[in-house]
Amino acid sequence: MAQDATPHDAPPHNAVQVNGRAYPIIDHAYDVVVVGAGGAGLRAVVGCSEAGLRTACITKVFPTRSHTVAAQGGIAAALGNMGPDDWRWHMYDTVKGSDWLGDQDAIEYLCRNAPEAVYELEHWGVPFSRTDDGKILQRAFGGMTTDFGKGQAKRTCAAADRTGHAMLHTMYGQALRHSAEFFIEYFAIDLIMDDEGRCRGVVALSMQDGTLHRFRAHQVILATGGYGRAYFSCTSAHICTGDGNAMVLRAGLPLQDMEFVQFHPTGVYGAGVLITEGARGEGGFLRNAEGDKFMERYAPSAKDLASRDVVSRAITLEIREGRGHGPDKDYVHLHLEHLDSALIEERLPGITESARIFAGVDVKEAPIPVIPTCHYNMGGIPTNMHGEAISPRDGDPDAIVAGLMALGEAACVSVHGANRLGSNSLIDLVVFGRAAAHRCAELIAKGGTIPDLPKGAGEAAVARLDRFRHADGPTPTAELRLRMQKLMQRDCAVFRTKKVLKEGVKAIRAVWDDAADLRVTDRSLIWNSDLIETLEFDNLISQAAVTVEGALAREESRGAHAREDFPKRDDAKWMRHTLSWADYGTHEVRLDYRPVHKFTLSNEVSYIEPKERVY
Amino acid sequence: MVQFTLPKNSKVKKGKAWNPPAQGAPAARYREYRVYRFDPDAGDNPRLDTYWVDMEDCGPMVLDALIWIKNNVDPTLTFRRSCREGVCGSCSMNIAGTNTLACTMHADDARGAIAVYPLPHLPVIKDLVPDMTGFYAQLRAIEPWLKTDSPTPQKEWRQSKEDRDKLDGLYECILCACCSTACPSYWWNGDRYLGPAILLQADRWIEDSRDERTGERLDELDDPFRLYRCHTILNCTKACPKGLNPAAAIASLKRKLVERGE
Repeated sequence: MAQDATPHDAPPHNAVQVNGRAYPIIDHAYDVVVVGAGGAGLRAVVGCSEAGLRTACITKVFPTRSHTVAAQGGIAAALGNMGPDDWRWHMYDTVKGSDWLGDQDAIEYLCRNAPEAVYELEHWGVPFSRTDDGKILQRAFGGMTTDFGKGQAKRTCAAADRTGHAMLHTMYGQALRHSAEFFIEYFAIDLIMDDEGRCRGVVALSMQDGTLHRFRAHQVILATGGYGRAYFSCTSAHICTGDGNAMVLRAGLPLQDMEFVQFHPTGVYGAGVLITEGARGEGGFLRNAEGDKFMERYAPSAKDLASRDVVSRAITLEIREGRGHGPDKDYVHLHLEHLDSALIEERLPGITESARIFAGVDVKEAPIPVIPTCHYNMGGIPTNMHGEAISPRDGDPDAIVAGLMALGEAACVSVHGANRLGSNSLIDLVVFGRAAAHRCAELIAKGGTIPDLPKGAGEAAVARLDRFRHADGPTPTAELRLRMQKLMQRDCAVFRTKKVLKEGVKAIRAVWDDAADLRVTDRSLIWNSDLIETLEFDNLISQAAVTVEGALAREESRGAHAREDFPKRDDAKWMRHTLSWADYGTHEVRLDYRPVHKFTLSNEVSYIEPKERVY
Repeated sequence: MVQFTLPKNSKVKKGKAWNPPAQGAPAARYREYRVYRFDPDAGDNPRLDTYWVDMEDCGPMVLDALIWIKNNVDPTLTFRRSCREGVCGSCSMNIAGTNTLACTMHADDARGAIAVYPLPHLPVIKDLVPDMTGFYAQLRAIEPWLKTDSPTPQKEWRQSKEDRDKLDGLYECILCACCSTACPSYWWNGDRYLGPAILLQADRWIEDSRDERTGERLDELDDPFRLYRCHTILNCTKACPKGLNPAAAIASLKRKLVERGE
């Protein structure tokens, strides 16, 4: 049984002594340990299992409850089911969408391999919507064009507006088919690193029974998602706390491009739940309180299907200039009433339900009140296109961290650069999940022994757990978390300025310092969600810190990073990736930079030269 | 007739009143919640604690109220939650007598004090967190993946719109288990009866025009317990927070078995 995972060679229980308390620890050894069971994690699990590698998947929620399940609109791939399409056009759109911060070799890899990855999902059973001739239905999405920007492409493969749900459930089935071993409701605490800087494993807490587990492996793959919960209003699930990103920071490794945070134009006003861009792809449009279809002014050619950063800025400006709806004039309307009701029922049933429940709106009768809402983190753990984590050293900007990989929203490959196009995240998950599995198969000798861990491995992780479990200061976690979320929302959102970011840096630092006064009330080890939320807060706060610091330093506007005091993109100075380190002892953030890859993977496509980005 | 009583340690005792509003506070502002609590470390019986939620400071959903309680009153209150928009299936529980998702249930849709219990008839790990291991094992048992024998095409399997439509009402299941744990037959025979959620999943693969192992799948279901413990009570369909109809899926499975037998 997949969930009754038994370790291959578990030696007798060991114990770690912390503050006079003994924590028994159960050891496991695998070729590959994947942390996270969303789309990227599951794709890697399936690939590694297929390759005959002993694979474990640690996940803090049952796999189908991962946040991939909430992805709506679709998955981009140049199948050409609705008309001519070419992966090179997809590549051009992705490079332009990234505002030339994406690495073009990785983007080429993504777009070339996208069709095959989608067919594979279909072969596994994903219930895609269909065209009249029985092919996978593709819909229009923002920033997706034909012939290098000339027309609107229909490239986004959809299963109604529940594409992520359909993919995640199907991929979990595939993982079961390959008898992958799952450790469900296990919370990963920290990586195990050795003196040579190699990643050797991971320590996790089983929430169900409170036992501690030490996994050693040839490769640890972090597929832990984004950190949307650093913000007050986000489309992200409660579990989106970027645990893998924070583990990387604590291991002394850098994160990349963390200042690039995508705000989705259409989160439901108040509740923050997502309304897919596919709603506009199917013909929906935005209007302000004056009845003006304002996107025509901001993006004369793409209009409502301009890239997300462009639409979010437009909405923010409309509201700021007093043209918002409502008593506080602080939202705009998304109109779908003019669409054919059969089309709404077939292609947009999920958001019809969301709008009814969370906005009290029947989309066939009335518009949905929406505002830009924190949605996606372009930044994350820097990796190459094989998923291998990167940490520059000895003059090599692409030096690999042995034993560590990262995927999906946790990773920064970077294919999304400064701004991700809608439907490019689902394809990122499966293309690079597959690539990482292939890489593992190349790197790991089958049946080889997994080396023993260094002495004391995992003790620091257990000490961290123990410290928070017994934290008895005056401030409950929820209070500090709320302070952080409101600050990030105020100081580091759609538009940014030096003054506000400076305040943000100071204030986030103060929140982090105040974490010394945290209080955890629940002392149990069994399903202690007070403790888990505290560990998650401790993960979020470092990511908040590197996000504001990175944003303050980057004196230009590029993609989702819009500086009012530096409104232009500055390629000469800033076409480079930000690297950020955070010190969990001193709470200091350090920044450095690494070059963007200005080359492609093959000579079947040439480097796309930067130019002004207009839609 | 056999008499059943709960074992002594299962009886729910009266618990603590955490934050009763001050005398003279406007009654309409505070919503009363009575929440099942079970502490696995203490060895005590479960209890019913009472909280009052300040509706001026809290969102409209029952999940908002539980989070408000956890953030403002009692950080030890334990429940599962993730997406907060009705697609992940984490926060299924018994609210005001009905199995549903806390995140999509408006508190205004319940009258009076709102009782919140874990999903019924599953072992309770802590508070509102039940042990779903058996439920997940049953999902594994129906082999929820596409099985084909024909050579896989280079591109996609073709599927007509009509065939794809047959999956509507089946593929959307979020595995919240509201239906299965609302089913008296599943309460009694949950170890051997697959229950409505898993049977709906089974039907999803049988209905899929791309799947080529319908016969084998039906064989696996043709069993007095796995399928035929369904007595058409229809609690499943009434409970489903996604508006699906597991009872219809089960009826369809039974029909296919009858047709095959003819």
